[in-house]
Amino acid sequence: MLHEMIQSLPQVLIDGLTLGTVYAVVALGYTMVYGILQLINFAHGEIFMSGAFIGTAILIAFSSMGLLHSIPSILVVIIMLVVAAVLTGFLGMGIERVAYRPLRNAPRLIPLITAIGISFVLQDVVRFIAELAKGNYIITGPSLFTKQIHIPTSSISSVFHDSSFKTSFLLVLIIAIILMIALDFFVNKTKYGTAMRAVSLDRDTAALMSINVNKIISVTFFVGSALGGATGVLFAVQYGTIDPYIGFILGLKAFTAAVLGGIGNIRGAMLGGIILGILEMFAAANLSLLTGGVLGAEYKDVFAFAILILVLIFKPEGLLGKPVAEKV
Amino acid sequence: MKEKLSAFKLHKTPQLILFVAFVIVTSLALYFSQKSVISFLLLLSSLLFLYYMNLKNRTKWMIGLILLFILIPFASSGGPAFQSYMEVATMVGIYVSMALGLNIVVGMAGLLDMGFIAFFAVGAYAYSIFATPQASNFMPFGHYPLDGNSFWAFLIIGAIAAAITGVLIGVPVLRVKGDYLAIVTLGFGEIIRIVFNNSDSPINFTGGAMGIASVAHPKIFGYELSFPNQFYFVTLVILLFTLFAVLRLERSKLGRSWKAIRENEIAAQAMGIPLVKTKLMAFALGASFSGMMGVVFAAKQQFIDPTSFTLMESFTILVMVVLGGMGSVPGVILGAAVVTILNLQVLTELTNWVNQLNLSGVVSIPDALSPAKMQKFIFGALLIIFALYKTNGLIPAKNRVFDEKKLASDKSNSKDNDPKGNPMTTLKDKDSKEQTKIYS
Amino acid sequence: MKFKKSLTLLLSGALIAGVLAGCSSKSSDSSDGDSGGSGGKVIKIATQSPLSGGSAILGEALKLGAQLKLEEESKKFEKLGYKLQLEPYDDQGDPKKGVSNANVIGADKEIYGIIGHLNSGVTIPSSEVYEKYHVAMVSPAATAVEVTERGLKTVNRIVARDDFQGPAGAEYAVKELGAKTAFIIQDKTAYGQGLADEFKKAIESQGAKVVGYEGITVGEKDFNGVINKAKSQNPDVIYFGGLYAEGGLIIKQAREKGIDVPIMGGDGLDSSGLVDIAGDKVANTYITSVAGDSTKTESGKKFVEDYKAKFNKKAESYSVYGYDSMGVLLKGIEDAIKANGDKLPSKEKVAEAVRAVKDYKGALTEVSFDDKGDNTKAKVFLYKFDKASYPPALQGEVSQ
Repeated sequence: MLHEMIQSLPQVLIDGLTLGTVYAVVALGYTMVYGILQLINFAHGEIFMSGAFIGTAILIAFSSMGLLHSIPSILVVIIMLVVAAVLTGFLGMGIERVAYRPLRNAPRLIPLITAIGISFVLQDVVRFIAELAKGNYIITGPSLFTKQIHIPTSSISSVFHDSSFKTSFLLVLIIAIILMIALDFFVNKTKYGTAMRAVSLDRDTAALMSINVNKIISVTFFVGSALGGATGVLFAVQYGTIDPYIGFILGLKAFTAAVLGGIGNIRGAMLGGIILGILEMFAAANLSLLTGGVLGAEYKDVFAFAILILVLIFKPEGLLGKPVAEKV
Repeated sequence: MKEKLSAFKLHKTPQLILFVAFVIVTSLALYFSQKSVISFLLLLSSLLFLYYMNLKNRTKWMIGLILLFILIPFASSGGPAFQSYMEVATMVGIYVSMALGLNIVVGMAGLLDMGFIAFFAVGAYAYSIFATPQASNFMPFGHYPLDGNSFWAFLIIGAIAAAITGVLIGVPVLRVKGDYLAIVTLGFGEIIRIVFNNSDSPINFTGGAMGIASVAHPKIFGYELSFPNQFYFVTLVILLFTLFAVLRLERSKLGRSWKAIRENEIAAQAMGIPLVKTKLMAFALGASFSGMMGVVFAAKQQFIDPTSFTLMESFTILVMVVLGGMGSVPGVILGAAVVTILNLQVLTELTNWVNQLNLSGVVSIPDALSPAKMQKFIFGALLIIFALYKTNGLIPAKNRVFDEKKLASDKSNSKDNDPKGNPMTTLKDKDSKEQTKIYS
Repeated sequence: MKFKKSLTLLLSGALIAGVLAGCSSKSSDSSDGDSGGSGGKVIKIATQSPLSGGSAILGEALKLGAQLKLEEESKKFEKLGYKLQLEPYDDQGDPKKGVSNANVIGADKEIYGIIGHLNSGVTIPSSEVYEKYHVAMVSPAATAVEVTERGLKTVNRIVARDDFQGPAGAEYAVKELGAKTAFIIQDKTAYGQGLADEFKKAIESQGAKVVGYEGITVGEKDFNGVINKAKSQNPDVIYFGGLYAEGGLIIKQAREKGIDVPIMGGDGLDSSGLVDIAGDKVANTYITSVAGDSTKTESGKKFVEDYKAKFNKKAESYSVYGYDSMGVLLKGIEDAIKANGDKLPSKEKVAEAVRAVKDYKGALTEVSFDDKGDNTKAKVFLYKFDKASYPPALQGEVSQ
């Protein structure tokens, strides 16, 4: 049993890392917003989904114009990323403006309810746009970066099987890492980042220090949503097929990742995302081995939710959270 | 005009005359037409008008019961669509009861539970498993399926099973607060559904994704209940019981403790309210109403599978509570009725109408925009609009208003209710628009 | 204050509306009666299929197929003195909705038969209601075993059951593809699990070994976990019980992982969507389907042309089943009328007559119902995808 698990371990790690980086970048959006407003932005998963659709729309447009072969794929992806990030960034700002700002002093459950509302509306709007355009809401874009790279992990040690990945995996990983480093730099080194941290620490005092709190909150939403949208593009490139409902459960899992790492903590979110991705992939591949066939891969979501519940109950501050957590 | 209106509001007689005329007209229209959804809905809405009329509570209840038990079933029995009206009315009853249960948790105790449908599922499965041969897969004793007479016992068993589930989930969950609680309950709701969906191996408990078919119909005095009009009365009786219990609970010590916790947990604790116990009671009681209706649903549907208990259903019930007004019993009833009828009748009728238009070629509306698919959009928009502009819902919750003078004169009462220092007791104008804030 | 004022207005407004509604429905009522009188007695046939939602395309195809047959047959019934009418209902693929519609249908005294449903999950609870009202149902597409196993008198279907389709696939896998080991994935829905379980039983009895049996979640996009497991087991064939959205991704991701063994599936994969999702990775995929190719027979070709001429749409794989189901149902009704001396029979008699139909020749299928309501002449067809195009190539057919 152990033997089989170890054999497939390199491949599980690679696939887990792919999923984990997606969770990590989406978790950043949750963590930033939570850090600054103490609000779970339920609609963040839908922003991720919108990003995936915007990216795929651009990709389909490019391929129907026949441009896909004349421009290098990496350039296409960069265009997709930038356009999707900017649009979803504004979408996020708009959502904050319409649904959260009027409720800033309302009881805390009320913004949560608008967030669910926004989430539903976005799902349905995207659905009928997709259906009007394509006749079906499950959309498949042209594939990019499909070349397989084979790593002979069996040569390291004979206990491993060989593993392989698509070149798009490298792309996802590299871009995600760039995004995370850029965000870390932005939050810790720039003027806006400092202001964001100040607002999250104490909104009223920050306002007294001549920080425009509303503007900073808007910027936070823009940055968080742009990251979400960009991740959506990465997701679309990696998996090819998307539908309007990918955001909800993925958003929940990304939130789990944020909680796991310590909500409000940027590096925690990254760590939490990667851990969750690997654990989930490991569960899918090995749960039935571990339990002798009683529980199968279908329980992997239970696994993810159980982690969330256990962390919240026993270590609510998360892995990297400290009593005085470094917030965004 | 204004004076006339305000005079009208005070005078019972013209109100009553108009009301009776309304009921008669809609009933007749319903009775004599082949299928008239509009008159059915109008007849149902007479209950809402009744709520607003300037009558004694007892009279309102009497009229309401007559409408529900006699007039509505009788008036809709005229046309061939009788059973479909009764089907809709039964579903309304089931959802109203569930929404009342959720209202205890969300509205009164202020604990946002987003996995509420799990309790409904527990009740439904409890009856389905034992009223089909399913139970013989794992029960060492007894002979299954149990026959329809067991339905009545299962109403209580279902409620207890759901309450126990509520407590089991509640014990760990209540350590977290606010937004986290919402997420954790959502997670638990999904876990329960996934477990039901997968517990067909190694031992077949729930039939897994295949569901459980041919659930026994309830029997009473050897007579089998199988038609929607029979379930209508079953549902109605249970609903009235639920309503009675909820109204009593709201005004009990427990109900006041819930509201205290909702308004300020720390202050409530300081006043000597046991937090965990009170919250657990909210979870358990809310769950038990839902579980009871789960049993009715299983018996009516005769087929249960996990697709009836998705996240969307949990959200639907939440929409009902938010729409009606969190914490407000009449509001939640209205909210549940509106949402259920919207879902089952209005959207369907609209879709059929659009289909007809498309078929006859008058207009061509793309399939993507057909009303039946817009459910999520409509729910989402309702949630946003109500949260932004009408946070208190259609019929906002009101705390009972005490008359200070009366309380002071009645010394024995004043000891119990301690009127001094409570801002609510200083309200003298009954029509004052001041309402309690739902959460703080 | 405000509320009570508006209450008055509302109440009076509603009163007027009520009067209007009463009048309008009454007038429409009387006009209905008139038309009924002039055209002879009315026999209504209802269709129930998803006209909105994910599988609306197939649901619509069923309905249109049925509509075409009904219109063709209406002359014959007019001679008998009856007027045929179609009443389409939308079940949205939702069991709750299906049951609610079924109650409406059952209560309507003029509805003598139902064509539907598409999904087994909706068929099972709804048919309990039809049984209560003794209305005959013919399903053009529900394949779950349990649909007819409950011994209901009104329930019939013209397609093959899962426990025929699964074994047909298993036999092909063992005999033609030479599979000794199989890895089974299913989507944990009633449809996917039912099919996968039947395949598992059959392939084990054929002597092959099942090296893995895993479930996935509908709506997910990343199936690498399960596929890694499949890869480590190195099976001769992978079977997927489920629909094309997940099936396409599994095929694609498995091929990307270098798994090149044949992948098999059931009629849920029989869709152009599979090709859209999997692209050219779809090669070496086999599917069993209960839907045959209607262009293979003379009458099938005629149907496809008529359908195109009438609705200006291409016939889907299930259109012809809607057409043939309606044919069987009308045949049953006609028999019942004739047996009753040209008078309108009771619903029970109609249900009995439908069940008694033997050797009916439709545009594509032949229909003979056994005592459970299953079609003894139903066939399963085997297709293979060689390249990224739909429909796939027909490999053979299996009859019972």
